[in-house]
Amino acid sequence: MIELKNVSMVFNPGTVNENQAISNIKLKVREGDFITVIGSNGAGKSTLFNLIAGTIAPTSGTLYMNGREISREPEYRRARYIGRIFQNPLLGTASNMSLEDNMMITYRKGFKWLKRSLNKKMREFFRSQLVQLKMGLEERMKENLAMFSGGQRQALTLLMMVLSKPDLILLDEHTAALDPKNAQMVLELTHKFIEEYKLTSLMITHNMSHAIEFGNRLLMMDKGEIIFDVEGEAKRSLTVERLVEKFHEIRQQSFENDRTLLTD
Amino acid sequence: MIEGIFVEGLIYGIMVLGVFITFRVLDFPDLTVDGSFPLGAALMVQCIMLDMNLWLALLVAFIGGVMAGVVTALIHNYLRVPNLLAGILTMTMLYSVNIRILDNRANVPVMNHTTILSQVSERFAGIVPDEYILLTFFVIAVLIIKVLLDLFFHTDLGMTLGAMGNNEQMVISQGVNPKTLKAIGLGLSNGLVAVSGAFAAQYLGFADVALGQGIIISGLASVMIGEILVLKSNRIGVLTLCAIMGSIFFNGVMYLGRYYGYVVKMTPNDLNLIKGILIVVLLVLAQSKKLQKVSARMMVGK
Repeated sequence: MIELKNVSMVFNPGTVNENQAISNIKLKVREGDFITVIGSNGAGKSTLFNLIAGTIAPTSGTLYMNGREISREPEYRRARYIGRIFQNPLLGTASNMSLEDNMMITYRKGFKWLKRSLNKKMREFFRSQLVQLKMGLEERMKENLAMFSGGQRQALTLLMMVLSKPDLILLDEHTAALDPKNAQMVLELTHKFIEEYKLTSLMITHNMSHAIEFGNRLLMMDKGEIIFDVEGEAKRSLTVERLVEKFHEIRQQSFENDRTLLTD
Repeated sequence: MIEGIFVEGLIYGIMVLGVFITFRVLDFPDLTVDGSFPLGAALMVQCIMLDMNLWLALLVAFIGGVMAGVVTALIHNYLRVPNLLAGILTMTMLYSVNIRILDNRANVPVMNHTTILSQVSERFAGIVPDEYILLTFFVIAVLIIKVLLDLFFHTDLGMTLGAMGNNEQMVISQGVNPKTLKAIGLGLSNGLVAVSGAFAAQYLGFADVALGQGIIISGLASVMIGEILVLKSNRIGVLTLCAIMGSIFFNGVMYLGRYYGYVVKMTPNDLNLIKGILIVVLLVLAQSKKLQKVSARMMVGK
């Protein structure tokens, strides 16, 4: 699937603000992997996602998608096979347009032509898909998205992304801006969709127990490096305490500050 | 007199539709308009001079406008120039281009030539009362443009363009290059503005390089009046109708200023000041409307 070879990212090189955000990362994501990514603030999680999505180009190193180099491919091109959900629920949908228009725009990836695809058949299909969110949104397809709550919009973004059939999905703390109830709901939906559609996915979370509970593989990042990569049986047997201990072991330093940031 | 207001309002309404696309749909304040309006006028008049087919001439004016818009988009996209500055650059360059098109003259009359409007007047003389011929023609013409535009915004491309001004990230996430969309939007907008300029030149009987001065302000004022007059809606058909109504209303006010302004010792030279003040007043109105909404929501929240 996707592979990072010795990827580094330096912001403002040669200035006093020089910042090595990612240093020499090697990562191979296999088809069907559901990887959770944890790490304190500034560990480089979001930068890693930006590199994979193409928002920024690496300072050095190469990225491959199914063996094809994509290091310099612009974000909008990679978006055709990579789906991404942000922390901000407003980024996935257009507020001033109706729900059905939003679903139509995101249904097919790639350039749009002068075709009118939103017809009765399409509406019926969208309606049937909306039912699985169990929010009653199928009755509000002509309403503007500005009328919907953050949780509803994030659930919609998730559904819309799944319908566009991406090869890889990036979830960038997509439940962090929601209240606990909605966060749980969106997380359950995420789990359901990933299982159902066998999506290859990476998920950043600040919640260690979520990181352990979900997925088949876990990455811990610190100071721009992947310091811990665990999967399968070893991951299943992890606990929050063991994870914290592991971090201590690897980084011989106080974990107190990070601990407050990492746990809920 | 009253039909004059409507005719002017409809002619400028085509321009207002263009301004609506950039300012409201794309969220790209495009000042190219001040140059592409006289560009349309100049191209139309010169084509008339060359005895070209009149509808072909209109198409030439449209294409000229599209190119002007695309130039602004290119400057903005590839040189990373802020959108306002990119528009001003193209507008400034167009001033010289327009004088070139008019054979190094600042003003070219077409009074004694056949224009689309004179043809229409001849064809329907006797069938429709003289003073309503042009009005009827423009009602139909603007309606056709409006409906075509509405249809465009219902296509996949049009809808994506609609999402663009609201959420650029969403457009990128769909695998669409936002640069291409900006070029399409600006091209379409300025094409409409040029067509509006082409009709204005035929109506006024001349093309003048100063025809576009402050036209963007008129367009913006019209869009805002339209928004204040009618309830908020997400239907594109309602929004475009608002823009046209706004244009008619705005031109009515300007008409009154021009013909009855002397009562309060106002001269036509004061009109630009009046336009500016009108926009400020509209901004205040829109702001207080928003404030009312916010305070109402807070009350409900309590």
